[in-house]
Amino acid sequence: MNPKHILFSIALLSSSVALAQTTTQTQPTPKQASNSHPAAHVTPKQEDAGSRIFRQNCSRCHNAPEGFSPSISDTVLRHMSVRASLSMRDKAELLRFLNP
Amino acid sequence: MRRTVTVVAMPGLRLLFRFSPSGRSSATFVLTLILISLARSMAAQDTPLISGGIGFFTDTSAGQTSYLPIIEPLLAAPLGPRVLIESRAVLLESFDPNGGGMPGYNHSHFVGLTYLQGDVTLTSHITLVAGSYLIPFNTYNDRLSPIWIGNFQRGPLIANLGTESTGTGTGGMLSGSAVSRSKYSLSYNAYFSSLVNNSYFQARRSAGGRLSLFMPDHGLEVGFSYNRQLQGVKENFYGAYAWWGPANSGFQLRSEFASGRHAEGYWIETAYRTQAFGGFDSIVGRLEPVFRMQQTFRRDATASDGLPPVNTQIADFGLDYNLPHNTRILASYSREFASTGNFNIWQTGIVYRFLTPAWKGK
Repeated sequence: MNPKHILFSIALLSSSVALAQTTTQTQPTPKQASNSHPAAHVTPKQEDAGSRIFRQNCSRCHNAPEGFSPSISDTVLRHMSVRASLSMRDKAELLRFLNP
Repeated sequence: MRRTVTVVAMPGLRLLFRFSPSGRSSATFVLTLILISLARSMAAQDTPLISGGIGFFTDTSAGQTSYLPIIEPLLAAPLGPRVLIESRAVLLESFDPNGGGMPGYNHSHFVGLTYLQGDVTLTSHITLVAGSYLIPFNTYNDRLSPIWIGNFQRGPLIANLGTESTGTGTGGMLSGSAVSRSKYSLSYNAYFSSLVNNSYFQARRSAGGRLSLFMPDHGLEVGFSYNRQLQGVKENFYGAYAWWGPANSGFQLRSEFASGRHAEGYWIETAYRTQAFGGFDSIVGRLEPVFRMQQTFRRDATASDGLPPVNTQIADFGLDYNLPHNTRILASYSREFASTGNFNIWQTGIVYRFLTPAWKGK
């Protein structure tokens, strides 16, 4: 491999780690985050069922997106229910989890 | 004008790229805008969304480096309570070194729709998918091919088996959850694709299906796929897959096997994220070492399925980093072994995944 490419890769990785550290230090508090991620409001029971279904069905394929507008939560579910063949019960639990 | 673009350097992406004349693409875009406009009367949680990934990849194979900036936008727009229109497109510019010992690079660009489908919820167990859809053979094509999902930049070698080389079918599909219990769930897909030769949605006549069993307590999913090509060389393809991901372990194992008349192969992939140093969102927890082993076996010299012409083995060693704000860095080293020659493949890339309402919701 060309040394330039190795250097480029190392620089990319290093800057990313630095960025991650910076961002981790400035993570919003749960209260601040609640504006962007509706799931931050959930009650323990809702979180149990909803987060379990999320882990089992969504996280099997991809990382969870870091918050999205509540106005698209049902659209996200309808899109993913075709990909993941979600049952009606699971869709309802997930929707409650995302929009308690 | 019609052509199908195959990006040899990235087998996993070769399924996606079809070039459309810009005039027709504009017509499709306008149609899409109309559909969005029709959907504006939706309830607050039903706002159409725009998602997708923006990436920049490098690929150094046998000493030759290519660069690939790419955008994969995805649109999902509900039309009433039972219908969803969804589509994914790809826009890329590929910079490849001039061959034949010539210095410098040439470049080419591709724009095309990966799929455009309507999903109609008929009952709680049946969804009708109509249009151009991703063929659900095994798991890679319809679940892992988006650039913001795959752990490796390259798709597996067997991705072409059972997916009619284009990756898409044009016709209809029934899919859904047949049975769903707390201990297990059974889901299915059954489809028929007609022969389509237009610029947007090239597809072959074929039929097939997939059956999947998921046991959440064990984190285990297994499935079987079948595809029959109904034109040209009428060929059967069989596939099986197994995924295993124990709850809260950060470990994931995925594997697939596919077999056709002329060739067969498998891949097995593991990924791991540790929680031991402050959880998944710590600096160390965001690291994700990944490994994939894959082999293909050619039964005869009739290369009708997109697999390498000789038996091939590839070991992929990757280190991904899951940055905050939906950004991933992918880096990998692969060694390919074949009777035609062994060589190294170095790949790096960064992908940002976006997800936003099409407009400000209520």
